[in-house]
Amino acid sequence: MSATENDVVKEIRSEYQYGFSNPDEAKDYFFKSGRGLSHEVVEAIAEHKNEPEWMRAFRHKALDYFYARPLPAWGGNVGEIDFDNIFYYIKPTENQVDKWEDLPSEILDTWDKLGIPEAEKKYLAGVGAQYESEVVYHKLQEDLEKKGVIFLDMDSALREHEDIVKQYMGTIIPSNDNKFSALNSAVWSGGSFIYVPPGVRIEMPLQAYFRINAENMGQFERTLIIVDEDAYVHYVEGCTAPIYSSDSLHSAVVEIIVKPRGRCRYTTIQNWSNNVYNLVTKRAVAYEGATMEWVDGNLGSKLTMKYPAIWLMGDHAHGEVLSIAFAGKGQHQDAGGKVVHVGKNTSSVITSKSISKDGGRAGYRGLLEVAKGATGSKSKVVCDALILDDESRSDTYPYIKVDENDVDLGHEATVSKIGEEQLFYLMSRGLSESEASAMIVSGFVEPITKELPLEYAVEMNRLIQLQMEGSVG
Amino acid sequence: MALLEIKNLHVALDDGTPIVKGVDLAVDTNEKHAIMGPNGSGKSTLSYALMGHPSYEITEGEILLDGQEISGLGADERAQKGLFLAFQYPHAIPGVTVTSFLRSAINAKRKAANGGEDDPIAVKEFRTEMLAAMEHLKVPRELAQRYLNDGFSGGEKKRVEILQMAMLKPRIAILDETDSGLDIDALKVVANGVNELVGPEMGALVITHYQRILNYITPDHVHVFVDGRIVASGGAELAQQLEAEGYEAFIPAGVGGEGA
Repeated sequence: MSATENDVVKEIRSEYQYGFSNPDEAKDYFFKSGRGLSHEVVEAIAEHKNEPEWMRAFRHKALDYFYARPLPAWGGNVGEIDFDNIFYYIKPTENQVDKWEDLPSEILDTWDKLGIPEAEKKYLAGVGAQYESEVVYHKLQEDLEKKGVIFLDMDSALREHEDIVKQYMGTIIPSNDNKFSALNSAVWSGGSFIYVPPGVRIEMPLQAYFRINAENMGQFERTLIIVDEDAYVHYVEGCTAPIYSSDSLHSAVVEIIVKPRGRCRYTTIQNWSNNVYNLVTKRAVAYEGATMEWVDGNLGSKLTMKYPAIWLMGDHAHGEVLSIAFAGKGQHQDAGGKVVHVGKNTSSVITSKSISKDGGRAGYRGLLEVAKGATGSKSKVVCDALILDDESRSDTYPYIKVDENDVDLGHEATVSKIGEEQLFYLMSRGLSESEASAMIVSGFVEPITKELPLEYAVEMNRLIQLQMEGSVG
Repeated sequence: MALLEIKNLHVALDDGTPIVKGVDLAVDTNEKHAIMGPNGSGKSTLSYALMGHPSYEITEGEILLDGQEISGLGADERAQKGLFLAFQYPHAIPGVTVTSFLRSAINAKRKAANGGEDDPIAVKEFRTEMLAAMEHLKVPRELAQRYLNDGFSGGEKKRVEILQMAMLKPRIAILDETDSGLDIDALKVVANGVNELVGPEMGALVITHYQRILNYITPDHVHVFVDGRIVASGGAELAQQLEAEGYEAFIPAGVGGEGA
């Protein structure tokens, strides 16, 4: 490190002394990088986390890729992101607000309306990460440990299982994959790490929710899941309550490896506050006879660009992507899925449901690719859009690239509006206009909500109801 | 004073075209009224306007329910006050089961009756009532878990309309050509439903093109509806006369039955 860099790092680190939010909790030290991005910031993060040399190098190289890559010219408008005005690393105890009063009132209102328990609200706000299910969590951890399952936040995983992390991290989504995966690779923090040993089937969904004291609500979280042969896990992340982030950029990377005959389901429901750019890269590989399923719900945010991908590498591998996008006023949801068929007799289904309202814009962007030699592959893509008023917009961009003749592909797309007649029919039974609209929208997304764990499905429907009443900002 | 009173009702389309041209009618509980008219006479418009469809404008006259003017209310508020319309073409609501729809509709009525505060029906009570009504109306059990009217046959749709009527317990039920396109079994189910529900709590207004359903629902009053007006009223025998002689005898000179 050059002397100049050293000085900068020292200067950044000297902020510590001013950074204690509450001097009584000195052990809860926090660290905040300065605004903006540089090799000095990246170095400071690695230094602060006391990371091994290879990770330090990984971060620096990624930052070079980030600088070298242009912003994507497709999808949504990312040109307004001010990369120099963002904090790239904030210790989670300071990540969110300190006091209830500092939270925007619309967020608190929505939580009240959703009936989110007090403890969960605190968790979501990052105000004191104590959650009443601590006992449940410990019990779960014990059971999992006995089976050899590793379920940690990513930073702990790097410390405690460096060999596995080193072996897999960046192999599915290389840091130079795209500008935002490069950014994440340079400044990542938090996220989940899961390893499921061969033959172990975890029947209860693993939820980030249970993983208290972890940095899972970070802006640049990094998740890595390895499901070994014949193993199964369902990982659930997020919550339908709006996640408040004072910073405007969320850019996560999720990498999943499903080994032969294993199965992984990854469910995300996210509802970001309206100032957030949500630019996420998610990709899984499925080997022989393995199954990968993405269930992805996107609400809120200013712009979301997210296309969970599955590479079906082994014969008879199966992939599914279920995606819901709800775009309200001032929001652009550019969501979808990608599946690449490489193995023989592989199969995939992509189901996308998008809803746009009050001038919102929701789109499906998908890639279906069949490589030469992937004979006997089957794929079905269904994308349905529901537009709630004349100001709103829906787009469909289904890219298909097929290099093999012996395949069976199907694509269906529908665009519909809530008809006056449908509304009148429901209202003639006593439902108000907003109740009737909410019922039609809930029905529209039902093929996906029925795949969610019950409490998420219930919250999702309640949230749709609130959205239809126009009472969610 | 009858429960539902329609006074000099005029209804026009969005573009101003008059369809209903001065209807007077009173329907009380314990009464079965039939409105019979040829295609294009404005029968369906009358039923939609009574229920509050936003595309039809009431240009003159009044609709009174229990003495209260309701023509300014939305369809939801009219339903909450006890008006019900069985549709000629019920709409499909994909993804919403018959069960969940019925529970929401019942809860919406209960909420209105409870001054706007939620008062949801107990799950067990709802289930018991629904199963009893389905059994009674010969609605196959499997329909309860299917999506409302989604892929239903004509007969299934109409049975479910009657099931809704039985569960929502309206005070005045309007049936808009509920008999069209039904086989004889379904027709009997619909007719039995109406016959059983009409009583001290409910009156019915059956709108139809054909006399056929009136073989199973004996109306107390029959009204012949031509070109937006009631041109003749009488007892059940009037339906027989219509069946024998056709509508021509009732069409005033210079007015085409298919017009307007």
